Amino acid sequence: MEPGQTEVERQANPNITSAQPTSRKAHASTAKPAAETAGAKRRAAEAHKTYGRGRKIETRKIKDKKLRGSLRTLETKYKDATVKAKDAEILLENDAGFLQPEGELERTYKIRQNEIKENATRETAKKGFDLKLDQMGPYLFDYTRNGRDLLLGGRLGHIATMDWRSGKLGCELNLGESVRDVKWLHNNQSFAVAQKKYVYIYDRAGVEIHKLQNHIDVTHMEFLPYHFLLATIGNAGYLKYTDTSTGQTVIELPTKKGTPTAFAQNPYNAVCHVGHQNGTVSLWSPNSSTPLVKLLAHRGPVRALAMDREGRYMVSTGQDLRMSIWDIRNFKEVDNYGMRQPGSSIAISDRGLTSVSWGTSVTIWKDVFNKSNDDQQRVHLPYMNWGGEGNTICRARWCPLEDVLGISHDKGFSSILVPGAGEPNFDALEVNPFETVKQRQEAEVKGLLNKLQPEMISLDPNFIGNVDLAPADQRRRELEATQTPAEIVARLKKKGKGKNSALKRYLRKKSGKNIIDAKRLRIEALVEQQRKKADLNRQQQEDDFGPALARFARKNV
Amino acid sequence: MKIRTLSRSTASHQAPGSNVSRQPRNLDPALHPFESAREYTRALNATKLERVFAAPFVGDFGRGHVDGVYSISNDPGSLERFASGSGDGVVKVWDLPSRDEVWQTQAHENIVKGVCWTRDRRLLSCGTDRAVQLFDPYGTSPGSAPIATYLGSAAFTGISQKRSEPKFAASSNLISIYDLSRPSSTPSESFSWPTSVDTFTSVAFNPVETDLLAATSADRSLTIFDQRTHSPAFPRTVLTFACNSISWNPMEAFNLAVASEDHNIYLFDVRNTARALNILKDHVAAVMSVAFSPTGEELVSASYDRSVRLWHRAKGHSRDVYTTKRMQRVFAATFTSDNNYVVSGSDDGNLRLWRAQAASRAGVKSARERQKREYDEALKERYKHMPEIKRILRHRHLPRQVKKAAEIKQEELQALRRRAENERKHTKKGKKRPRTEREKMVLAREQ
Repeated sequence: MEPGQTEVERQANPNITSAQPTSRKAHASTAKPAAETAGAKRRAAEAHKTYGRGRKIETRKIKDKKLRGSLRTLETKYKDATVKAKDAEILLENDAGFLQPEGELERTYKIRQNEIKENATRETAKKGFDLKLDQMGPYLFDYTRNGRDLLLGGRLGHIATMDWRSGKLGCELNLGESVRDVKWLHNNQSFAVAQKKYVYIYDRAGVEIHKLQNHIDVTHMEFLPYHFLLATIGNAGYLKYTDTSTGQTVIELPTKKGTPTAFAQNPYNAVCHVGHQNGTVSLWSPNSSTPLVKLLAHRGPVRALAMDREGRYMVSTGQDLRMSIWDIRNFKEVDNYGMRQPGSSIAISDRGLTSVSWGTSVTIWKDVFNKSNDDQQRVHLPYMNWGGEGNTICRARWCPLEDVLGISHDKGFSSILVPGAGEPNFDALEVNPFETVKQRQEAEVKGLLNKLQPEMISLDPNFIGNVDLAPADQRRRELEATQTPAEIVARLKKKGKGKNSALKRYLRKKSGKNIIDAKRLRIEALVEQQRKKADLNRQQQEDDFGPALARFARKNV
Repeated sequence: MKIRTLSRSTASHQAPGSNVSRQPRNLDPALHPFESAREYTRALNATKLERVFAAPFVGDFGRGHVDGVYSISNDPGSLERFASGSGDGVVKVWDLPSRDEVWQTQAHENIVKGVCWTRDRRLLSCGTDRAVQLFDPYGTSPGSAPIATYLGSAAFTGISQKRSEPKFAASSNLISIYDLSRPSSTPSESFSWPTSVDTFTSVAFNPVETDLLAATSADRSLTIFDQRTHSPAFPRTVLTFACNSISWNPMEAFNLAVASEDHNIYLFDVRNTARALNILKDHVAAVMSVAFSPTGEELVSASYDRSVRLWHRAKGHSRDVYTTKRMQRVFAATFTSDNNYVVSGSDDGNLRLWRAQAASRAGVKSARERQKREYDEALKERYKHMPEIKRILRHRHLPRQVKKAAEIKQEELQALRRRAENERKHTKKGKKRPRTEREKMVLAREQ
């Protein structure tokens, strides 16, 4: 593959694909003044940009009266809903932060943390802090989904959780073995730690509650909050999914590309992106034993990956000193920036700020991609800079719903203020940073009730309820492709009646008797085992029958 | 440099000292990923919960009847009262909220074939002893004698009250109209089809065009008579099988449903009976009674296969099926006047009360609960085509006999269909017009 090439596989799941339902009567449209209609149209078009759900159904050409009527009603309902959602924007309370130069010569990237803190409210200024932890580093960390709790993991075995805004320590552990990755699960009540050999799950008090013994040598972890899946990948390159609500292993997928170098989930469709040594990025879902997409992003190992929350863009850095931006809807490279050192960690904030850490510093880019632009503009100057103080940076992640970037390095953890990063208006029924205990408990129950099945993970997360437009033979071929060879062997193993055992038939029919591979050895061993068992049975029967009747013993039992 | 950093105070979300926290919403789709998958999951959960909470049987009435229950009629002046007639000639009046008997009498010497209420809330009952009795359950004590008796020449099979006048029609070998305001026990007028001698099996006055009355007879025909012209209003329709019961749609009073012996219910527009509006197929034995709901949207049917089925008038198959271990052949079923319950009377002498919506519960619901139910209903409607949801919604545990009978019936129908298809294949093109399913059961129309 050349750089910029992709390989896409179609996703289809016949079980959860169906026709879109319709049934309602049509409203009679009444005549309105032209100006008002034009205004309403403009308003509807504006609303459709943010809140629309795809293209309208063209009803004019539908001949069936009933269907046309019901579809029209449905469309009116959808349009009404988008306009109402747009109107509800008036209820949003907060405005996003910003950095805005006042003169020609002012540059946002020159601003220092203390200047931002001086201009921020006291409560916000407190969110910028440093933790000096120089004993057990380098450190890794993770924020909970609502951004309230922080989980710190030192390479040498130091684990700490804290409510970082109030500075309250949750638990502190010294594991005494190396920590490779840390991850909060669905809320702040439990977290997973990838340790020297296995992955362990601890509760909020730091008590070990599970040891995931089939997650061995894990280097990267991701948690899919809507599916309650913990996805891990380790040195062997096996991507493993475990359902944390039931404890079941969902699937283990061999990536067959060696030790992965980067791992991240796409928050839009829960597809896991794995960066490999050869510069490719492969996209995985638990429903396919082969990657959904393979794309060649770099001419060297991929170092870090991040996707924006709407699943439009992927930013990756590689050992080839490039940062590349990909449109992951059509898998085309959008832009490509040069770097002085390979980027070690990337994170994309809610509002599209991209932080790239390299060496001892962090660069924050704004508008390297913009969903409202058709052509992406090249950005020449970064939005902000931080670091250069000699601390090698391990990980930088945005705190959800805040203008805060967390940075962990070999000497501890720093939290810096980045105006304009966070989503200003949260939805309390989705993630609530101010949630009470009761709300947290309720959200957990609701979350578990609405847990999505792993089968629902696909490149297009909205395929459920839509019509599968693929032709029948293509669907059949895909179904056949999903059947693993194990099933074929199982079918062969079905015990037939008579002398002709399935195994023997298989052995006979399979040509190339001089090819001795593991499979053949296994089958021959099985045949031998069956023969021995039959002999034993016969011997027993002969003994039972006695010397006179022994000749009536059945040969094949 | 202009700097502005996001700042939210805890106090703005939960006032100090209060335990009520605000929950702001943001409808931006970017904040709500996996929209359709989550909606589908919720719809699936709602569907499952609906089946979990489906408990259609509320209870039975008092100690029921000694003999089978063959007729039921709602009191049009009350939401709480209805009357039932039994095989041993006893007529009882029941109270719905307490499910108790409030009045009863030995009305006939034989089977009570029909009961109905007059406009002034008195009770008419007809029986095979050739008499129609008029009772006053609200004014007299239980067991009292009838106020009036109307006599006929043959055993009565059905009775119906005229809406606009104090008159009623009773069916026997002819349709006799009696006038309650006249002190005479003989009919004031009578209808019959000139060439037919068979018994009429049921009769029903139209609730809107009150002079029309529909009647079915044992010669498999359905006839609409007009009292004003004293003649049939439309051509008489002869079906392939006889009908047991008629019900007019109370909202679209030109439509009626007939319960047929061939296991189906046919919906007809009386203005054109050449083809049915809809055929409701699911029963595996003769349908003994059919009744529209007060809204005209739904129907309830009672069948000889020991089940009660609920239907939507526009759908071909039943919405729900109600059975119990002990319920025998069901001969009468009706919606209560509030549309929320169904009453059925069966051969085992019991009157049973069922919920019209198996998973619904009476009682005051909080606004939150109501909202949740509405949301769930909308989700179920949206994803009802998904295979898993469809399967769960459709599944019912049926008695073995019914299931087996349905399987056998399916096989028989398939054979018939195959045969018809072969016939069609080997017929010269254009020689014979294939009859659609909806007009197959119409044998003839006679002027």
